[in-house]
Amino acid sequence: MLKRRIIPCLDVKDGRVVKGVEFVALRDIGDPVEIAKYYDASGADELVFLDITASTERRQTMLAVVSAVARKVFIPLTVGGGIRSLEDISSLLKAGADKVSLNTLAVESPDLIKRAADRFGSQCIVIAIDVRFEDGEYFVYTYGGKQKTELRAVDWAKRVAELGAGELLVTSMNQDGKQNGYDLTILDLLREAVDIPIIASGGAGNADHVVDALERVDAALLASILHDRKTTVEEVKHVCSERNLPMRFVTTQTD
Amino acid sequence: MRVAVIDYGMGNVFNVERALQAIGCYVTITNDPVEIEASDAILLPGVGAFPQAMQALNETGLVPLLTRMAVEKPFLGICLGMQLLFESSTEGMPTTGLGLIEGRVERMQAKRLPHVGWNSILRDEDVYFVHSYHVVTSEANIVASADYMGERVPAIVQKGLVTGMQFHPEKSGTFGLSLLKEWKEAVEREAATGN
Repeated sequence: MLKRRIIPCLDVKDGRVVKGVEFVALRDIGDPVEIAKYYDASGADELVFLDITASTERRQTMLAVVSAVARKVFIPLTVGGGIRSLEDISSLLKAGADKVSLNTLAVESPDLIKRAADRFGSQCIVIAIDVRFEDGEYFVYTYGGKQKTELRAVDWAKRVAELGAGELLVTSMNQDGKQNGYDLTILDLLREAVDIPIIASGGAGNADHVVDALERVDAALLASILHDRKTTVEEVKHVCSERNLPMRFVTTQTD
Repeated sequence: MRVAVIDYGMGNVFNVERALQAIGCYVTITNDPVEIEASDAILLPGVGAFPQAMQALNETGLVPLLTRMAVEKPFLGICLGMQLLFESSTEGMPTTGLGLIEGRVERMQAKRLPHVGWNSILRDEDVYFVHSYHVVTSEANIVASADYMGERVPAIVQKGLVTGMQFHPEKSGTFGLSLLKEWKEAVEREAATGN
């Protein structure tokens, strides 16, 4: 039986992992390889690295991070943040990423989703949708949540699925960093709208919140509650499992 | 042990290379017949669509060599590389495969495709799948399978020296590496007994 997935998300700045609350207030928590190994050992099903470096050297730094992690950790790695072209995607995949997550680029050049899916395969194209609920509607935001667009989340999700997106990573900006639960309404709406896997993000404060999300969608992205050690991947998985959600438990030990 | 990972431009071969290196293999990513002949085992990777992959493989001119290698050396196909081992596929348009194992490749019936994520196979351990097509072959060739929305998905197939893995062992954590290691050890045993 297919398992629900727990995916720790690591924000990377200048080659180091940091964390964000409501997209600001960063705090260094360390070395990407060590953190990736830690999460792999604790049962993470995949990892997402979000590059939040602003400098022009960002690309090389991130490639080095991805390459270092891919030599030590053998679970799917997704990289997002600041991807501007098919060439950027190609270099990240060569460095060891299995998937890339596109947000602003996808909104600005939707045809690029199709070109990327044709060239690299749908399986490696994750479309990140930052959603804010305003005036009774779910709007799509770009530029790390700074720029509002006129796109409605459900329409956009259907469109990117048609263009060849392999998965959706949906972040509720209203809930992000608040730790009082996911926006379940948008998850229900999107589940209804598309067949491709959906990863829920933004708002998890405890394992019960994760259960709520995983009763609706395929995967949950976790950041603060893991980094702050409020809970662990193992603990979240056990709670989900007790609530009859199919989860993966690692029994093969490293030798 | 020296593994030739066949380079025919389909998909990301670097993670397969890294995983094989992590279990102690010496890896050459190659389309050079001399290097392929000199290797202890062959690995056929692959991500994408069957017709394009078969066309790319035909263009390398390696098909006759690979067909011969498959009866001489251990030969492992991963994901689309496993599907190419079979006789034909209906993906996109009807296409002839390598025909190393009897059977065909068909679109899965499940309502929600692709089949993406961790699913359990042997010993109830999970491996990472990403695909929408699966193989239809005789029971005798199926070593392990997974269940996706009530549909049986052949996950490991084997016939003679040819092995196929529908999932990505290089992305299936410690268990995935242990499967590659079992394959490696079987190859080494083959070599030690002189077949």
